[in-house]
Amino acid sequence: MFTQILNWSGARVLTLLADAGRLWQVAYSATKRAILVPLRGGRLRVSATTAQIVSAGNNSLSLVALISILLGMILALQSAYQLRELGVTNLVANLVAVAMTRELAPLITAILVAGRVGSAITAELGTMKISQEIDALTVMGIDPVTLVVVPRLIGLLVAVPALTIFSGLLGILGGCVVGVFVLGLGASGYLNDSLGALVQQDVWGGVLKALVFGFIIGIVSCQQGLDTEGGADEVGRSTTRAVVRSIVLIIAADLFVTAVLYLRGQT
Amino acid sequence: MSLAAPVIAVSGLKKSYGDHVVLAGIDLEIQAGETMIILGASGSGKSTLLRCLIGLERPDEGQVRVAGTDIFRAHPRELARLRESIGVAFQRGALFTSMTVGENIDLPLEELTDLPKSTRQLIVRIKLALVGLEGAADKYPSELSGGMQKRVAFARAMALDPSILFADEPSAGLDPVTSVGLDQLLIRLREVFGVTLIVVTHELESAFAIGERIALIDHGRILVIGTPEEVQASEDSVVRRFLDRQPDVSVEHGERYRRWMTGQ
Repeated sequence: MFTQILNWSGARVLTLLADAGRLWQVAYSATKRAILVPLRGGRLRVSATTAQIVSAGNNSLSLVALISILLGMILALQSAYQLRELGVTNLVANLVAVAMTRELAPLITAILVAGRVGSAITAELGTMKISQEIDALTVMGIDPVTLVVVPRLIGLLVAVPALTIFSGLLGILGGCVVGVFVLGLGASGYLNDSLGALVQQDVWGGVLKALVFGFIIGIVSCQQGLDTEGGADEVGRSTTRAVVRSIVLIIAADLFVTAVLYLRGQT
Repeated sequence: MSLAAPVIAVSGLKKSYGDHVVLAGIDLEIQAGETMIILGASGSGKSTLLRCLIGLERPDEGQVRVAGTDIFRAHPRELARLRESIGVAFQRGALFTSMTVGENIDLPLEELTDLPKSTRQLIVRIKLALVGLEGAADKYPSELSGGMQKRVAFARAMALDPSILFADEPSAGLDPVTSVGLDQLLIRLREVFGVTLIVVTHELESAFAIGERIALIDHGRILVIGTPEEVQASEDSVVRRFLDRQPDVSVEHGERYRRWMTGQ
């Protein structure tokens, strides 16, 4: 029994390590090509990349908007519950603005994009893999990473930060709705307080996180798609795995970036 | 047989997945301009051999030389150049479903050449006419029948005028008439362009109709290789069983299977 558990967990660890190796490979080759190919005068694939930016951004826009407004409202109510005790409900504006910009907008946007766009990328690439479309590219001498991965990665690197800024603004707006209609604060005062509470580092920190998260979603989704073997059921499994791994890595990276920014701010 | 160096030379090719030996040491030479049929039943190792020949699968042992280049030790840039002289038509076409037929054929031209768009469009039209699909350029692969998709796959494989053309199961899953049509297409491609043609198939008719030489593979080994007449004349019992279409299920197996099924 014990050896069985040991065997099983050992095998799990080995597959995870192998997957981590593949993830690193895809990340390395995609980054190298995204940077080097345009520098060497290679084709930029502007239209393919723009199409990916539009599809990644457009597909998630309404969802991100709705969730961000709701989140801003919830955050305002929760912080008002605490601040009311201290008689400083006017600080709700500051709290919502800072929490949304630094933390919640990047995180919720990334999770929504992982679920909507990342899963679609894995399913598409996985289907291309099992129907030998990726093999066809390889034997033609066309690098699948350059043609398929790089435009999707750049699309996410543009769309996720843009959506994050949008999400932050709508979160503040959601907080404002609660501030005006529940807490009886003035709308313009609330918005002024919100913007006044933000320093440049809050905004840059949020955008930095969004870039890191977009990179994670792009690499994980493409790797899972490209490594799909077998049939339709495997496409489904890869897709689930891509979303779960993206979210786990996003939250781990979130802690890391937050810690780095915090420690840097202290010195 | 000519004395010139073979265009494809395979030596000592071995490949296993775990304990399962798929290729048990394959030696094979294919001369420029000839049509070689790799014939075998499902699970004989013929598809893995093809994947090794086109560099999609790395063998455990042995080497594959295409036009003198060892494809598993070549520099990536050298390999990329070599790939431009190789066309592959996959079993189910492997067309890019998000692109039209014309865009599919245009992709290698756009990515790998500096030809202007008007020239590329002309080439696409010529290649489509070659496979008998004039006017299909704006259709999507999903709008075509299986046989037409395979024709498009051949047109795409021929886009860069390769000197070597691989075809994986060209007639699999097609009705007999369509499948004969594809055989004729392959013969025409060989006659018009003088390509070296390597066809992997399990279809006997098709193998004997288009093959100049046939290599019969079973359990990862080449059982017999030679002209269709030589293969037909083989006395080897396994070869005979394959050619006479007798399934490899002995009575003993049948009895065991029945017992296993009925639990007796």
